[in-house]
Amino acid sequence: MEQYVIKIKGLRKQYRLGQIGGGTLRGDLQSWWARLRGKDDPNAVIGFDSRLVGQRFWALCGIDLQVNKGEALGIIGANGAGKSTLLKILSRITAPTEGSVDIYGRIASMLEVGTGFSPEMTGRENIYMNGAILGMTKAEIDAKMEQIIEFSECREFIDTPVKRYSSGMYVKLAFSVAAHLDAEIMIMDEVLAVGDMAFQKKCLDKMRAAAQQQGRTVLYVSHNMSTIRQLCRRCIVLDQGRIVFDGDTEEAIGRYLALGGVSGGTDRALSELPRLHESFGTVAKMLRLRLEGRENATALRGEKLRLALTWQAEKDMENVCLRLLVRTAADAVVGTAHSAVFGSCAAGCSREDIAVLDTAMLSAGTYYLSPALLQRGQGGSVVLDNVPRALTVEITDTDAEWNSGYMGAVRLPDMDVEQERKLRDRYE
Amino acid sequence: MEMTEKSYHTHLEPKNGWFDIDLKEVWRYRDLIWLFTKRSFILIYKQTILGPAWIILQPLMTTLIYTLVFGGIAGISTDGIPQILFYMGGNAVWGFFAACLNKTASTFTGNAGVFGKVYFPRLVSPISTVLSSAINFFVQLAMFLVFWLYYVVTGQVSPNYIGILLLPVILVYLGLLGLGFGIIISSLTTKYRDLAMLVTFGVQLWMYITPVVYPISTLGEGGLRTVIMLNPVTCAVETFRWAFLGQGSVELLYWGISAVVMAAVVTLGVIVFSKVEKTFMDTV
Repeated sequence: MEQYVIKIKGLRKQYRLGQIGGGTLRGDLQSWWARLRGKDDPNAVIGFDSRLVGQRFWALCGIDLQVNKGEALGIIGANGAGKSTLLKILSRITAPTEGSVDIYGRIASMLEVGTGFSPEMTGRENIYMNGAILGMTKAEIDAKMEQIIEFSECREFIDTPVKRYSSGMYVKLAFSVAAHLDAEIMIMDEVLAVGDMAFQKKCLDKMRAAAQQQGRTVLYVSHNMSTIRQLCRRCIVLDQGRIVFDGDTEEAIGRYLALGGVSGGTDRALSELPRLHESFGTVAKMLRLRLEGRENATALRGEKLRLALTWQAEKDMENVCLRLLVRTAADAVVGTAHSAVFGSCAAGCSREDIAVLDTAMLSAGTYYLSPALLQRGQGGSVVLDNVPRALTVEITDTDAEWNSGYMGAVRLPDMDVEQERKLRDRYE
Repeated sequence: MEMTEKSYHTHLEPKNGWFDIDLKEVWRYRDLIWLFTKRSFILIYKQTILGPAWIILQPLMTTLIYTLVFGGIAGISTDGIPQILFYMGGNAVWGFFAACLNKTASTFTGNAGVFGKVYFPRLVSPISTVLSSAINFFVQLAMFLVFWLYYVVTGQVSPNYIGILLLPVILVYLGLLGLGFGIIISSLTTKYRDLAMLVTFGVQLWMYITPVVYPISTLGEGGLRTVIMLNPVTCAVETFRWAFLGQGSVELLYWGISAVVMAAVVTLGVIVFSKVEKTFMDTV
C-alpha cells in the first residue's frame, strides 16, 4: 500500500450568501430590527430575492481524496468549482464546515507569490521575511540564501528595495523563496501564470524534481493545461464543489473541457449562443459550425480540418467570408485564419460553406476556435457575427509532446539548409 | 523520514476546543515574530529625515505640551514631583499600554491580505506588536532616565530604589492587558468595523480615567478614587511613579483586583481569538 500524506474525508465548506463582505454592526442591527417588525430589509440587495439572504451556499460538498507521497496532483475546474476553497482549507487559511483533513508533513502553500513582501525592504530582507512567513527559521534561510539568490537571477539587485524591481524580478524572487522550502507538501495556485517562459520552465522542472526525486508531494492548480500536462500524472476535476473525475491527466483535461460549456463534439449549434455585441447576427447570422468528416474533435497535426459553416442572411449578401480565431486552452491567441469569399446569399436564405483549415502550424495541444462572419468591402472588413470559442479541437502529434523539442503553440516550418561548407577540423 | 513526517501531523476539523492555541507552534515561528518586530521599525522610519529620532521626539513633545497645559495653564498638582518627570513617566507607561491595545486591535483587519494567502500562527502578529511597543517603551525609558538622573543627583526626587525591580512586572502586566483587550477587539472587528472607530476614541478617553496627567492623591477619598483605582491601568502607572519618583499609591487590594481582571481579559481574548482565527477570512 502506498503511503499517503493527505487524506480528506467528507470535506464540506459552507459560505453564507448575502453576508459575505457584510457591513457594519449598524447594518446588521437595522436588518434585524426590520425583520422583527416584518418589514423589508433595508440592506437587502435590490433585485435580489430576499429569501436568499442567509441562504447557505456549499462551495465544497463532499470531497474525499487521498494523495500519496511523491505524487504531483493537478486540480482543474472552471471558476467557482471550488479549487481555491479546497486549497485554502488545506493551507489552513480557513476551516472546513464538515469533514476532516489529515496532513502528514509540513505544507508550503503558494496561493500567491510574494506574500508579505514589503516594497520598502530590500530583496535580501524580503527573502528573510517571506521565508519566515512560509515557515522557515532564520538558520534555514541563511543556509539556503545563496541558492535562493542564484535561482532568482536577481543577484545584482538583491540589496535594492523591491519597489524598484520589475514585476518579473519580483515574481522570480518570490518564487525562488517558495521553491526552496523544505516542506514535504507544496501547494500552488496559478503561481506560474506570471514570469517569462524560460523561468516558467525552470520552475516546472524544479517542481517535477521535487516530486520525483525528493519524494515531495505537489498540488497544482492551473488553467494552463500545458503546464498541468507537464507536471502532473494524476489530475482531479472539480465541478460545483464535487470531484467529478480523478485519474489520468489527459482524460481529466478532456472531462474539464467538456464541462466548461465548450463541447468536445464536432457539431455545434450557434444560433442561441451569446454574442459579444448586440449588433452581431442581425444582418447575417451563423447558425451552425461542424467539423465535417470527423467522429471526434481530434486531428493529427498536418491534417486538414473541414469547417462546415451554416449561416443565413437577412438581406442580399456577397463578399462574405469566415474569419477563424484560434486560441490555446490557456486562452492566448495563436492566430487568425481567413477563408476565401463565400458565394452570395439572397435575403432570408441560408447556405452552408466549407472552409478548410490546415493544422500543420499548430503544435500538439487543445485549441478553441472562434468563428466570425466577415463582409469584405472597399473600406475594409465589417464583422457581421462573432461567436467566441464555438469549438474545441485537440491536435495530436506523432512524437511525445514534452520531448518534441517544439515549444509554443505555433510550429514554425523546418528550416532549409542552403549551403554546407566543410571547414577545417577545428575552427580557430 | 517517517518519524519527522509523523511529527508534523496536522488534523483539520470544523469544531475546535475552547482553548485551541498551540503555543509550541508559536514558538517555532519565533524568527517570524522577531522579523515582524524589526519590520515595524524599518517601515515607520523609511524615508524620514530624522528616522528613529522620532521615537524620542514624539513623547518629548507630548511631555512639553502636558507640562504647558496641565502643569502650567491648568495648574494640576504633581505631588511635588518635577513636572517634566511626572508627565514623561506617566506618558511612557500609558503610551506602552495604548500602543499595545491600539495596534493589536487591528491584527485581523490590517493583516487580512497576508492572512488570506498563507498560514502561520495568527498569534505571531499581536505578539510582535507588543514586542515592538516594548522596544519603543525602552527607548523612551532611556530618555526618561537621563532627566531622572539629573533630578536624583540634585536631590529633587527620592526614588524607592527597591521598587524599580518591579519594572518587568509592570511591563509584562501592561503588555498582557493591552494584548488581551486588543485581540478581543480585533476578533470582533472582523465582522463589525465600527469597533475600530470606537477603539481610537475609547483609548483617548481611557487615558483621562487613568492618573497620567494627575496624581491619584488629588482625588481625595471619594467614590471617584475607587473607580479610578479599579481601572486596571492605574496600579501600573502609580507603581511606576512610586518606584522611580517616590510618590504614588500602591495598594495590594487593587493590584490583586487588577491582576484578576488582566487574567480574565487575556483568557477571554485567547478563547475568542482561537475561535475567530480559523474562519475569519470568510467574514473579514
